[in-house]
Amino acid sequence: MKYAYYPGCSLHSTAKEYDLSTKEVARALGIELIEIPDWVCCGATPAHITMHLLSLALPVKNLIKAKTMGSYEVVTCCAACFSRLKIANRFMQNDDEHREKVEKIVGEPYKGDVKVRHFLDVLVNVFGLKNLKERLARQLSGLKVACYYGCLLTRPHEVTELDDLEDPHLIDDLMGTIGIEPVQWPYKTECCGASFSLTKTDIVLKLSGDILQMASDAGAEAIVVACPMCQSNLDIRQGMINKKYKKDFNMPIFYFTQLTGLALGIEPKKLGFEKHIVNPMPLLKKIV
Amino acid sequence: MQWFISHKTIRSPFLKTLEEDCNEKISHCYQCGKCSAGCPISFKMDYLPNQIIRMIQLGMEEQVLSSKTIWLCASCLICTSRCPREIDIAEIMDYLRRSAYKKQVMPLEETEVPLFNKIFLKNIEMFGRLFELGLIGMFNLLSGEFFKDMSLAPKMFIKRKIGIFPRRIRNLKEIKAIFRKSGQLGRTKRDRLLQPKLIFLNLSRKFIGKIEKLK
Repeated sequence: MKYAYYPGCSLHSTAKEYDLSTKEVARALGIELIEIPDWVCCGATPAHITMHLLSLALPVKNLIKAKTMGSYEVVTCCAACFSRLKIANRFMQNDDEHREKVEKIVGEPYKGDVKVRHFLDVLVNVFGLKNLKERLARQLSGLKVACYYGCLLTRPHEVTELDDLEDPHLIDDLMGTIGIEPVQWPYKTECCGASFSLTKTDIVLKLSGDILQMASDAGAEAIVVACPMCQSNLDIRQGMINKKYKKDFNMPIFYFTQLTGLALGIEPKKLGFEKHIVNPMPLLKKIV
Repeated sequence: MQWFISHKTIRSPFLKTLEEDCNEKISHCYQCGKCSAGCPISFKMDYLPNQIIRMIQLGMEEQVLSSKTIWLCASCLICTSRCPREIDIAEIMDYLRRSAYKKQVMPLEETEVPLFNKIFLKNIEMFGRLFELGLIGMFNLLSGEFFKDMSLAPKMFIKRKIGIFPRRIRNLKEIKAIFRKSGQLGRTKRDRLLQPKLIFLNLSRKFIGKIEKLK
């Protein structure tokens, strides 16, 4: 399996451990990820709020770069990048008026033919849980986690075409395979406040605080995510949430790739656990 | 909420142009309220999402564009995915924000989000990829909250979650051209990528807030 890899801005900074663990897991499973050379930001939320054409042109530029690599499938890990790339593809496939304009902007023809996948999709649906199970070096047991999907991984369904809209289960399935127990909880697809992290911090603290509360009420010891924004809001802002709402959450927020990596026998050092703000080491010692 | 709606407002072309531009059937909305029920940020909004849709149906352009609601939408798409009339409400919010930028209408109590988007895009235009430290510094400076999130900074540096220097891409000219052409084709004036009015509104709001606290 060979893919063009689009990390996105977060994975090169605040979510470095997501990038590290993804590459480690891919290497262990023989999935080849080649980073798109000189990729640019997808524009994220500010682009589609401000200039519609820009929000299509930036992802299309990246997809064209992937196409020139000779790769017709792009893998990304960030839920926001995933959503923007997929939406751009949809416009280029179905909307002639927008396609003409975007082609004029990027200066190249593109008809939305580069397929975009999330790494979770590659792991669960392409590589397959059955194959994964055979490769496991150890079963992680005795850990209860809440799998949190957030907004853009599943919504809107006709664009992402990834998982169940209201009750997604891909991360739950993956965790079950590596021996970790996913709890049933109602906040799987609630919003953490994402792009308001800097601007409307009070909203983020409220929404992320609710998510942490719900996960801890359901008996989870940690939360597993697939989006760098969810992770940073829940992890970096956890101290502020504790202070504001007088709580004492001490809940590590893992990426699904980190736990998968552990189960594959990859050294914890290589998976970037030391980069977490909420220290996950005490919990990990219990299971490894 | 009580409004006096004039004949002129109801007859205004707002609904029709919006429907044509977004390719959405807003007149189909029958006010079930599912969008507002699911909205995670409705508790902070001045009008609920379904009220905004109703106001659009009634042609109330001025009130809609100057509402706090459109800037508080987090684009989480829960409304879009649950609407039984298949209206893309999140896309309509995007459209409204873009029109507000074009017409330079901003709600006086909600100035951070419109400023942040502009700073974010300026950052991308300058470096090709997001330079977090630049984004945070610029936002704190221009929004008047100079020391916001300072307490997080040491941890972020020690854990190398934030870089001190920007990492530019090689082909910056290409990106600049994409920004320029998108502005031209979308008929948005790009020289307003950082609107002085927005910066002024933000700084004066924070300044007045500080004085009132002192009182």
